[in-house]
Amino acid sequence: MSEPLVLGIETSCDETGVGIVRGSTLLADAIASSVEEHARFGGVVPEVASRAHLEAMRPTVGRALETAGVGLDDIDAIAVTAGPGLAGALLVGVAAAKAYALALDRPLYGVNHLSAHVAVDLLENGPLEEPCVALLVSGGHSSVLLVPQVGGEEVTELGATVDDAAGEAYDKVARLLGLPFPGGPPIDRLAREGDPAAIAFPRGLSGPHDPPFAFSFSGLKTAVARWVEGRRRAGEDVPVADVAASFQEAVVDVLTAKAVRAARERGVGHLLLGGGVAANSRLRALAAQRCAEAGLRLRVPRPGLCTDNGAMVAALGAQLVRHGASPSSLDIPADSALSIEDVLV
Amino acid sequence: MFVLAIDTSSAAVSAAVGPIEDPHALVIRTQVNARGHGELLAPTIADCLRSAGVTPAELHAVVAGVGPGPFTGLRVGLVTAISIADARGLPTYGVCSLDALAVADRRVLVATDARRREVYWARYADGRRRDEPSVSRAEDVPLEGCEAMVGAGARQYAEVLGLPLLDGDYPDLRRLVAAAAERVLAGAPSEPLTPLYLRRPDAVAPGQPKAVTP
Repeated sequence: MSEPLVLGIETSCDETGVGIVRGSTLLADAIASSVEEHARFGGVVPEVASRAHLEAMRPTVGRALETAGVGLDDIDAIAVTAGPGLAGALLVGVAAAKAYALALDRPLYGVNHLSAHVAVDLLENGPLEEPCVALLVSGGHSSVLLVPQVGGEEVTELGATVDDAAGEAYDKVARLLGLPFPGGPPIDRLAREGDPAAIAFPRGLSGPHDPPFAFSFSGLKTAVARWVEGRRRAGEDVPVADVAASFQEAVVDVLTAKAVRAARERGVGHLLLGGGVAANSRLRALAAQRCAEAGLRLRVPRPGLCTDNGAMVAALGAQLVRHGASPSSLDIPADSALSIEDVLV
Repeated sequence: MFVLAIDTSSAAVSAAVGPIEDPHALVIRTQVNARGHGELLAPTIADCLRSAGVTPAELHAVVAGVGPGPFTGLRVGLVTAISIADARGLPTYGVCSLDALAVADRRVLVATDARRREVYWARYADGRRRDEPSVSRAEDVPLEGCEAMVGAGARQYAEVLGLPLLDGDYPDLRRLVAAAAERVLAGAPSEPLTPLYLRRPDAVAPGQPKAVTP
């Protein structure tokens, strides 16, 4: 039997993503983003995102099919992000996926957004038939996972953020510095001109008695705000590039240190990066450096596949089909708080 | 000529399948669950298809109530209608959901629950809508020219509105299909299913970040 042709739908936040894969081969990755509509609000407005998903769904499916050069009748299975994410936004994608599955008489797979961020690596870097540690960082999540098999049904969370996600801290610091939303790309750009050692911002939860794989970015965000306010009150210029570089260094230092430590302690040979923040150039560079020093192999998809997309959902769906997982029923909910360890709903 | 009809503009999750030529032969399934649209709609459609002995490939058109109604549930119905139509290459036809509550031979106010102490409403005479659908507080709804009222919003604010209340709280899919029948039978061009939100998203642009130091 040839590899399954899977259509994946992603609507957990502000990107309407539709991807098509055959097995582990990427055929199409169509995206419609409503990010510009959210920019002036300084964050994603759920109702605005949900309205945009409804408008974009059919055209985005159409573009994906055209790019892949296949018709809906050729599709073997439909996969969709069932959670976690924004409830109203998820619901649009889940309802669409159910409708396609029902009308085409194909199996439906409601999958975990975070596991999809891990599975997308298969499209670029091929099979990884051994356990790995995955560092998932985005605007909504920051977690260290133990993944016995990429695209499998088992995932164990070793640690996660106790407050803000890393991407959220980027957005808040960007706003403080007068930079646009989303904050990751402008801070990343500005940081290249700054000195990452200029200001000693705190590394959250890095003490000897702190949980080894948990993160905290709320205190860091406040520390940056205090520092910047102090400068402004003293009537001094804020060295924006230095603040950006020093903040970014504090984030990626903790992320990479904990992820590398998890991989060593668990005796695995690979560290995998995923999620929107994995598109950050400094995170990628420091992860590469530290993995090399620790004798670990680093797997990280290209930036376009790190941010939310439909191809990652299709990639996970294809693995579930391959492993003979039972399809989801047509009455599955969209679960905004879906546990990271529930790969398939 | 078989049609699929969907309305999720109210607390009712409704679907129907059957011949467009004979609304009385429609198989209709309705479940009332204001937060259940996402979970209930697809199985309800599957049930209608099974009971009517119709496969998705045998459908000719999809008719959907485009609201007004609470946004989240309304979108479930519309994206479902759009996606099924896309999958089978079918035309879609939209009907104002309030029209599926109007009683043909009465001068009625149709009012449905808009939450936030408001109703979605329109006035009808001889089965025709006289107003653009609106959203407002019950006490602000004009009652001139109405002899009766119908809909879950009318029931909820019966004392404020004060007209005789007719039966039927939710859109009736027979009426919904009938409202689109002429277009479906004539093979009219497919219509975009644009939701009648009637309200803007709640969102305000932020001011300056709050200071963290006193």
